[in-house]
Amino acid sequence: MRWLALALLALAAPLRAEEVVLGLSREQVSITTDFEGSEILIFGAVKREAPIRADPPLEVVITVAGPSRPVTVRRKERVAGIWVNTEAVEIDRAPSFYAVATSGPLDEVLDDTEDLRHGISIPRAIRSVGAPPEVANAAAFTDALIRIRERAGLYVAAEGAVEVTEQTLFSTAIDMPANLTEGDYDTRIFLTREGQVVAEFATEIGVRKVGLERFLFTLSRERPLVYGLLSLAIAIAAGWGASAAFRALRPG
Amino acid sequence: MMIYLPIAEVSVNAFVLLGLGGLVGVLSGMFGVGGGFLMTPLLFFIGIPPAVAVATEANQIVASSFSGVLAHLRRKTVDLRMGGVLLVGGLIGAALGVWIFNVLKAQGQVDLLVRLSYVVFLGVVGALMFVESLRALLRARRPAATAPARRAKHRGWVHVLPFKMRFRTSGLYISVIPPVLVGVAVGVLAAIMGVGGGFIMVPAMIYLLGMPTKVVVGTSLFQIIFVTAFTTLLHATTNYTVDMILAVLLLIGGVIGAQVGAQIGTRLGAEQLRILLAVMVLAVCGKLAADLLFQPAELYSLGDSGGGH
Repeated sequence: MRWLALALLALAAPLRAEEVVLGLSREQVSITTDFEGSEILIFGAVKREAPIRADPPLEVVITVAGPSRPVTVRRKERVAGIWVNTEAVEIDRAPSFYAVATSGPLDEVLDDTEDLRHGISIPRAIRSVGAPPEVANAAAFTDALIRIRERAGLYVAAEGAVEVTEQTLFSTAIDMPANLTEGDYDTRIFLTREGQVVAEFATEIGVRKVGLERFLFTLSRERPLVYGLLSLAIAIAAGWGASAAFRALRPG
Repeated sequence: MMIYLPIAEVSVNAFVLLGLGGLVGVLSGMFGVGGGFLMTPLLFFIGIPPAVAVATEANQIVASSFSGVLAHLRRKTVDLRMGGVLLVGGLIGAALGVWIFNVLKAQGQVDLLVRLSYVVFLGVVGALMFVESLRALLRARRPAATAPARRAKHRGWVHVLPFKMRFRTSGLYISVIPPVLVGVAVGVLAAIMGVGGGFIMVPAMIYLLGMPTKVVVGTSLFQIIFVTAFTTLLHATTNYTVDMILAVLLLIGGVIGAQVGAQIGTRLGAEQLRILLAVMVLAVCGKLAADLLFQPAELYSLGDSGGGH
């Protein structure tokens, strides 16, 4: 509803009549047993009533965010010769996956107020309110979270990865790693001019476990005792099977 | 070949898991240790979340121990009566251990406690075993054997306690109190450290109870099956952290390895077996100690927030 209202607002404004028409190479990512990650092609066009404004140029920002969860970041310090977790900061909301792709350097295509308002750049997409007062340098903990997740390929900032043709067509490819969490991945597209957001569009990419993955996951949550007993039965059967097989192979 | 694990929610190479399972299975069959003390840290290294690694490892130990114990049962090297007594203690200890674990978890330092107890126990047990078996090996080399005289000194206090029971397979007539206490201690450690506890139990059986080495391995495996099965069910029903696909991959390698290990074990002498186990225990201990002593490359670590849904 919010997006609709904004779109209507954008339509109402005389010179801002630009709208996003979007296509996805896939709207559903299925996690199968041999899932090795996925590449999603996001492409679209800018629909407008008025002729193209050549100046300032149109820029495109695309974000894909996995489900957000609170995360505890801990820091080790040397205490009596050994390295021990001492301080901890809880980050209220951090997406499990976050990719932001832009058509140019992020600080040029988007100004800071707009970034703050829409939560677009990686640090802005993470929400951290109220680190404990005894922690001196709380920002370092957020930096560490971004650093660790960037190294794992979970946070990606791809500047210049969105291709814009004739100020009308745009496309980019987002790489999603193998260790994805299940959920709805919010996908947002922002059109900007001079750092100001002129139009935006949002949709969702569903990431779901399917087949055996789905069955086991559901069983483990809904019938944990059955799941546990089944695990044990498999273990016992495998142990017995191997023993019997080896006895057959080496009599005596 | 990459495989996506449904509970751990990570994608890992299936052959790495099969290989790890096999390696640990060989150790399990040879020494009568569940191998958890090696496998759990190895699973951390390949990126399995610790909670899933600990729970799934318990399930895998059930399989490799069961496979191992069958091989030992055929050779009649399992003292079922002693195993039962140890098991009674083990279940009490496991329940106690889970309770201690949760109390410490609330204080936020459970990770450090687990690591420290690994270093301390592996270090002490490994060093003791190494020295003892090296000495025995040297004695055996020299023809003038003074071993019988030393052996008599080891018994003693175990023999004056009440509730005596005859353990025919082990050739012992001792009080049930020491084995029950050993079982409790191992159960507590098993629950806190997320292992079967064989690496503590095997030396305890040899040095405290005076059981013959050949019987120790099978009996330890026998007890471990039940304690780890109990732990698996506990984890599956409370934390939902048992990953069946991970367990299956580990145990395919594990059960085959356990059979191979049991074969190797019968060919090696008891002293050589003990020296090998001691070296292995010391190596793991050294690695864990180094992690605590040297500055880690990344000072920060991420963890799930408790109660955040």
